[in-house]
Amino acid sequence: MIQRKSVTKNRSLPKSPTGIAGLDEITGGGLPKGRPTLVCGSAGCGKSMLGVEFLVRGALQYNEPGVLMTFEELPEDVVTNARSLGFDLDKLVAQKKLFLDYVRVERNEIQETGEYDLEGIFVRLNYAIESTGAKRVVLDTIESLFTGLTNAAILRAELRRLINWLKEKGVTAIITGEQGDGTLTRNGLEEYVSDCVIVLDHRVIDQVSTRRLRVVKYRGSTHGTNEFPFLINENGFSVLPISSLGLAHDVSNERISTGVKRLDGMLGGSGYYRGSSVLVSGTAGTGKSSLASYFVNAASKRGERSLYFAFEESPQQIIRNMRSIGLNLEPSVKKGLLRFQASRPTLYGLETHLAVMHKEVKEFKPDIVVIDPISNLINTGSPTEVRSMLLRLVDFLKSQQITALFTSLSSPDMKSLEQTDVGISSIMDTWLLLRDIELGGERNRGLYVLKSRGMAHSNQIREFLLTDQGIDIRDVYVGPEGVLTGSMRLAQEARERAQTTARQMEIEAMQRRLERKRVAMEAQIAALKAEFQGEEMEIARELNQETQLVNQLQMDEVAMARSRKADKLIARRNGNNGIEVV
Amino acid sequence: MKAKMKKTARKAAPTEPDAHYDLRLYVAGQSPKSLAAFANLKELCEVHLAGKYRIEVIDLLKKPQAARDDQIIAIPTVVRRLPQPVRKIIGDLCDERRTLIGLELSEKIES
Repeated sequence: MIQRKSVTKNRSLPKSPTGIAGLDEITGGGLPKGRPTLVCGSAGCGKSMLGVEFLVRGALQYNEPGVLMTFEELPEDVVTNARSLGFDLDKLVAQKKLFLDYVRVERNEIQETGEYDLEGIFVRLNYAIESTGAKRVVLDTIESLFTGLTNAAILRAELRRLINWLKEKGVTAIITGEQGDGTLTRNGLEEYVSDCVIVLDHRVIDQVSTRRLRVVKYRGSTHGTNEFPFLINENGFSVLPISSLGLAHDVSNERISTGVKRLDGMLGGSGYYRGSSVLVSGTAGTGKSSLASYFVNAASKRGERSLYFAFEESPQQIIRNMRSIGLNLEPSVKKGLLRFQASRPTLYGLETHLAVMHKEVKEFKPDIVVIDPISNLINTGSPTEVRSMLLRLVDFLKSQQITALFTSLSSPDMKSLEQTDVGISSIMDTWLLLRDIELGGERNRGLYVLKSRGMAHSNQIREFLLTDQGIDIRDVYVGPEGVLTGSMRLAQEARERAQTTARQMEIEAMQRRLERKRVAMEAQIAALKAEFQGEEMEIARELNQETQLVNQLQMDEVAMARSRKADKLIARRNGNNGIEVV
Repeated sequence: MKAKMKKTARKAAPTEPDAHYDLRLYVAGQSPKSLAAFANLKELCEVHLAGKYRIEVIDLLKKPQAARDDQIIAIPTVVRRLPQPVRKIIGDLCDERRTLIGLELSEKIES
């Protein structure tokens, strides 16, 4: 985005790229082409290094030869210093891509009498430019002339002429100047060089030094006006444009495993979102680093690259400690999938830390970044500084689609457990809280998901166990006795098991009793049935007897009537009883 | 230490009154200042160093690399190459007294 901007700007004001990481982004493409730029700052702030790198990059990357005219440092010293940044000036000089000229101004060697001018310097510069075809010139530090020569009026006039001459020559120049008391430069160089002014600064706050760069002025071009931290290391100069890029970064729907199955389960079943920021906070010894290491290990298994910033432990110590919970990170390190970057938080200021992280991330291009712990960094700055730094870090990582895991040590005070991180929690997408649960004379670890944007996450506290086999997440006991963990949970579980067994037995006993009752009842039914059958047969027999008796009586009556010849009666009786009268 | 060296040099000069003076005048073209410097230098040498001096004029426009080799910043510059140590005087040499001091011929001022 920044690159594209610079292209459009180039139409209005031609720029000469410095090739210095970050500086071209701040200035929107480089220094004003064909014009001089003033670089000022106090002693040891890196002015000369900026100049040297400008020339070296110009010669190597943009095929623009350069001239370095030093007024203080001997050429041999310049060459030696540049070698520490990985630049071989001798080679460039031999290839005619660089021209070194040392201007010695010794006050007690020179007697001034009458009018003079600095044509000597013009001649030398002209010769240097002509013989190499230079497009870039660095004058470091021309102000030394003021200490070597006494006639300030002549010097000022000649400096003005020199600057104009450089413009006419069409070379892009850097003129360095020592910072003065209340002014940008000691001798007011900013009056002559007004197209672009860059101030370098080397500040020490709380015994921690931070190098900063600021573009004070850039005529005819917009530029970043903030102070940007910069580094000078074995790869040279790098400025890190660390500003909020806004909230327009792409988001991914891809989910990546946390490395712990149950935790994935707690986070909607599949883990963190790629490119999200995760905060793991907790009191001391709750397993924050372990959780981070599991995440990193899972990434390595997927073949992804991880960058681990350790601010508390050395890489070897982390590897050893993780081995004790059954995690071997060493193969990942050997395969180049995992890189540790260990340093003490007090080594640099906050901004420089950020700058270093930027640089490392840009170099290593990781998929995952772990910062363990961020709370140590917090101690090196004020809360507002920390907040803005973290915001920019998170923004930067998000813009690169890097998943970031931060661990944070909170104070053991339960109330402040969530408060301490309030400052940074709003920039985190997922926040896992690890806490000690002190119960029944022992401490156990509890884990819960405080928040996780964009996913249905568990609201349960889980017990977090670190075993020889690794991380284990268990359900805690939640019951009438409250939340129980550790051996209390085990005891409670045992108690519950005993109770369940007892109930089971009770049920079985009742079932048996019921069975017995049924058997008894059925026996009774059978006895009653048998008795009934007996009685039934008896009654049937008696009934039969009675019937036969009645029939007999009737037959006897008929026989009697027949003998008495009583017809009517017989006929009537026949009709009623159907008894055949033979 | 440099102050000391200066002192010894000053002392050395009078002990060798017949020392040969090898002078170089650096100019860039024929500017009025350069012409003035040459005239002033020539006159001064004739007065104080008659017969034991040599002036070589170097035009940097013709020999630009000489500026670097001889550490020339200003124009005009007179370099006293001999006797040692090397001394430099810049300017048009309009002030004779200062020029003599610069050439370490200060004893001539009194005479």
